[in-house]
Amino acid sequence: MPAVLDLTFDAPKPKVISGATGDWELVIGLEVHAQVASRAKLFSGASTQFGAEPNSNVAFVDAGMPGMLPVINEGCVALAVKTGLGLKAQINLWSAFDRKNYFYPDLPQGYQISQLYHPIVGEGEVIVEMGAGIARRVRIERIHLEQDAGKSIHDMDPAMSFVDLNRTGVALMEIVSRPDIRGPEEAAAYVGKLRQIMRYLGTCDGNMQNGNLRADVNVSVCRPGDYEKYQETQDFSHLGTRCEIKNMNSMRFIQQAIEYEARRQIALIEDGKSVVQETRLFDPDRGETRSMRSKEEAHDYRYFPDPDLLPLEIEQAWVDDIASALPELPDEKKARFMADFGLTDYDASVLTAELEAARYFEEVAAGRDGKQAANWVLNELFGRLNKDGHPITDSPIGAAQLGQILDLMAADTINGKIAKEVFETAYTTGREPKEIVETEGLTQVTDTGAIEAAVDQVIAENPAQVEKAKANPKLAGWFVGQVMKATGGKANPKAVNELVAAKLGL
Amino acid sequence: MSIDKDTAARVAHLARIRVDEERLPALAEEFNAILGFIEQLNEVDVDGVEPMTSVTPMRLKRREDVVTDGDRQAEVLKNAPDAREGFFAVPKVVE
Repeated sequence: MPAVLDLTFDAPKPKVISGATGDWELVIGLEVHAQVASRAKLFSGASTQFGAEPNSNVAFVDAGMPGMLPVINEGCVALAVKTGLGLKAQINLWSAFDRKNYFYPDLPQGYQISQLYHPIVGEGEVIVEMGAGIARRVRIERIHLEQDAGKSIHDMDPAMSFVDLNRTGVALMEIVSRPDIRGPEEAAAYVGKLRQIMRYLGTCDGNMQNGNLRADVNVSVCRPGDYEKYQETQDFSHLGTRCEIKNMNSMRFIQQAIEYEARRQIALIEDGKSVVQETRLFDPDRGETRSMRSKEEAHDYRYFPDPDLLPLEIEQAWVDDIASALPELPDEKKARFMADFGLTDYDASVLTAELEAARYFEEVAAGRDGKQAANWVLNELFGRLNKDGHPITDSPIGAAQLGQILDLMAADTINGKIAKEVFETAYTTGREPKEIVETEGLTQVTDTGAIEAAVDQVIAENPAQVEKAKANPKLAGWFVGQVMKATGGKANPKAVNELVAAKLGL
Repeated sequence: MSIDKDTAARVAHLARIRVDEERLPALAEEFNAILGFIEQLNEVDVDGVEPMTSVTPMRLKRREDVVTDGDRQAEVLKNAPDAREGFFAVPKVVE
């Protein structure tokens, strides 16, 4: 029977910035562009592989050649639906594609195919943890499928820009949140949570460095109390004028940009000026946002339904099939780890951050002491992997091997100290822990006769220490250490403790 | 809805079509004629009628998520006025 999972939480406090005229709060909404983890593009059969020769992953459809028609990739649709289900969102069985018209060299069609009026995914939600038992519920407004644009390179020639269309037409999911995020840290945590969920689902690899996950951030400021009025009425007039900061692909930049932008808006308002709704760009070198005036005029996108594409109709049974194959999601997994293995909130969070780590831990913990398994994975294994810069997927020691070490300890075959040595040997050589213990003769000495002899010897050789220990029983630890040393660390520490205490008459 | 000279100029600019100043009034007139023609459609009561997207009962054609195209850099670049090192080369565009 599944354990009852505790998924309750309290809301975090919003970030407050003190201005010259009083306190201000932030209101943030995000549009996250997540590249769909498909093999081929949304409307063509060209590859989505990153880092290919320029313009080699391009079909004539992507290049906007006359007469070419888009044919939708069903795999991309399935991954978008899966993402929607992962965000507990409504799946729209009827959706449609529109053209968003603008001119730019990396957009050869002259329009982007997107879903303005009828997105494939409707309202959902994401729970963003901000500490043990504290989380923000962020409402998702919609997810739509759209094409990515190409890439322009400006630094290869002083007078020319170079255009690579490999990315053109790759499927993106634009995930639009409601303005439910209340600070820079929350915004970064929200993106992190989306990334985690999509990596669990296998719908987006979340690689921000390659631009496979980018965010546009809408920021406004308001006085304490105004936001609550907005939440009650959903009336935006309670909120300040927002600015949109475009296209950021790092958690750090997202936070810096929000912080800067909020302070810029507060300064404007306190100076008696007003915030102009506009699109801005974050300059990481200067740590500031600036207006993208050139974009303003181009904002008349003249959307209209794409005449090359019929509406996208999917069947409930197909959606149900995808739903039934949905993996356990991070929130549920974390709650289950806490309930089944007695882990702390923090340990469970770390172990479920990446699916591979969670899988590894579960294999180690299966049929064993969950807390001990967590300690070994978190401290010994992660510590060692970090030292080498290895991801868990490249761990030289498998979950089965680490499990063996825990079994050897549980059976009193080796003690904790020797276990760490065995771990290190297994990690560096790839040898089986059982074999290491046998070959190296590391089996714990539980024979009280042998331990007693070692205790007697240490006592006989150190009469002065004996006198001191009798006066101060805390010094018995010194004898335990000496005995452990004499037995090569293999003595059962519990037996040694008992014998030392008895022999010293403590 | 009525299109004036300025709107005609704006539409031309958005479409990146150069129109000489003296031709704008005539262009605006043409727009108005077209819009007037379309206006007639508004006379039809379509309440409760589902928008028709195709005259035949067709389903959107789909394909599998398989790579079937690409590796045709030379062909893709063939019509480019300027191409260098595998890239399209265009006059500098900097934000």
